[in-house]
Amino acid sequence: MTAVQPSGGEWFDQDAGPVVRPYALTGGLTRPSGQRFDLLDMVRAVRQAAEHLPYLTPEQAELLQRCRMPVPLADLAADLDLPVGVIRILVSDLRERGLVTIHRASPPGFTDLKILQEVVDGLRRL
Amino acid sequence: MVYGVYEDEATAADMPITIKILVAGGFGAGKTTLVGSVSEIRPLRTEETLSDRSEQVDSLYGVEQKSTTTVAMDFGRITIRGDLVVYLFGTPGQRRFWFMWDDLACGALGAVVMADERRLADCFPSVDYFEDNGIPFIVAVNCFDGTQRHSLESITQALNLAARVPVIACDARSRDSCRNVLVTLAEHAIARHRDPPAPRVHLVS
Repeated sequence: MTAVQPSGGEWFDQDAGPVVRPYALTGGLTRPSGQRFDLLDMVRAVRQAAEHLPYLTPEQAELLQRCRMPVPLADLAADLDLPVGVIRILVSDLRERGLVTIHRASPPGFTDLKILQEVVDGLRRL
Repeated sequence: MVYGVYEDEATAADMPITIKILVAGGFGAGKTTLVGSVSEIRPLRTEETLSDRSEQVDSLYGVEQKSTTTVAMDFGRITIRGDLVVYLFGTPGQRRFWFMWDDLACGALGAVVMADERRLADCFPSVDYFEDNGIPFIVAVNCFDGTQRHSLESITQALNLAARVPVIACDARSRDSCRNVLVTLAEHAIARHRDPPAPRVHLVS
């Protein structure tokens, strides 16, 4: 992969970095409230969340729409192309408003051998 | 890491099951390539152009061709079945990103340490980290040009690995080879669960 070399030390378009700084997306919040979410914790919108869409920022509205089915935090960050830290804050804010629930990832790796064997078999089929 | 009790636990049974696998190793060892070879989604690339300043921090010996470095993480998803998904996280190799490791390692099934034979010492920190934290890991020696310079036994010795830690050769560009790496790790994790290693004793003099 070759990097675009800016002429004269100037940066254009995507090379210049985000136009909107992360704190602007989080309403100035710099850290999430409550406990820290794991990258694979599941986020799910509550049923009544759709009614609140008009009152949310575009990023939060998109988050809500993407987690009508449970979605891991890391997937949300990848889908919205936002830093994990920003997603943690936005999700935490939505949770405080009662619009999403967070379900702790429960990695079965150390307890459920049946699931692990299923993973091995599934990987073999790749 | 301390977690509170999350709400809505009663419905947790219908949540998808997620498995976390880490891909660690030195700078330029092939982590990004491996994640890209086996994942359904394109890895989340947050790469930074190597500046003069960065070159002072990261040794470029042996990887002079590489002009960008991964500064965040590579992220891949493998769906085993609808509600059972494996997530791959390529963890930054450089020491200055170590603060991210605890976050990433929490609840991981295991880790693949990518090794570059030309710069074997680069994977010492990753090996130390997973040994110290009791996380099952394997070492995958990435043979960039299809030639393997050292025997796997000598690499096991050089890394001072426990005999049961699998060391395998791989080609990170090959999907089949990377699949073999992940299968080896998952089988190793199962074996470790069935027969856990004795706790490490730290001698205090």
